[in-house]
Amino acid sequence: MDTKNVIREYCIIRNGEIILNGNVLFKSADILPSLFFTDAYKNLGINYSRFYKMDNLSKLGFLASELLLRGKTMGEFCKADEMGLIFYNAASSADTDRVHQESINDRNAYFPSPSVFVYTLANIVIGEICIRHKINGESTFFIEKDFNPDGLFRYVNQLLEDHIVQCCLTGWIQLDGDHYEGMLYLIEKSTSDTDGIVIFDPEKLKDIYLQEA
Amino acid sequence: MEQLITKLKIEIIEVLNLTEMTPESIDENAPLFVEGMGLDSIDALELIVLLEKKYGLKLATAEEGKKVLRSVRSIADFIRENNKG
Repeated sequence: MDTKNVIREYCIIRNGEIILNGNVLFKSADILPSLFFTDAYKNLGINYSRFYKMDNLSKLGFLASELLLRGKTMGEFCKADEMGLIFYNAASSADTDRVHQESINDRNAYFPSPSVFVYTLANIVIGEICIRHKINGESTFFIEKDFNPDGLFRYVNQLLEDHIVQCCLTGWIQLDGDHYEGMLYLIEKSTSDTDGIVIFDPEKLKDIYLQEA
Repeated sequence: MEQLITKLKIEIIEVLNLTEMTPESIDENAPLFVEGMGLDSIDALELIVLLEKKYGLKLATAEEGKKVLRSVRSIADFIRENNKG
């Protein structure tokens, strides 16, 4: 049977707005990350108290992944070990690194916070999503200067073609200070030939990114 | 003692980001870890930092840590017995 790699769904979070598959799902006047993410969490009916312990980068990735994966049962929709998470950003975990640095600047008041320190790695956001959805497939967090749809396509497509993953949550999860931009695509193999399927290719990734900006 | 327990509950909510909890919703006699409040190992480290930062107290051994961090009341007992300030 002929299979194609398709963009099943996508979610974009930026400038106080959340877009799911082209539709505005949530909008808030509080566009600063900590306020906006908490506002979205409360308004979108998500119930996961661990959310409050996350740093802002993890909250951003968590919200986008939650909206793409909720209502889907891992194992039915995709096997847990065949689901990949391939993320990119430019600032790594710099936002939380700064908070940690401030807590250790003064040698006379040296009280680093363990719960801040654990987030001083960008790929912790992937761990949070894996814990939430019990995913244990291939995962990588790449640091790139800008969103690079060609690079993302090459890497994820290879994972799909080599049968390392059957589906993949991938995209750009960037947060630095008050600026944030989260964009995740849910990619999967499909045998469907119906109208409306969106083929996974770099141009389509770029179109979605620019169209919704 | 009751004042110290209430103060501790407020501090614990703040340092552990327990946004959905209030001091009234925390049972000071309930276990803090696994059952009860369901805190984890990172939370335990955060409570150790809280004791040092706010009360100048250090836990000497892992065994003492288990005993002191059992509940809000056991932490309050430890502070009352050791805080000379």
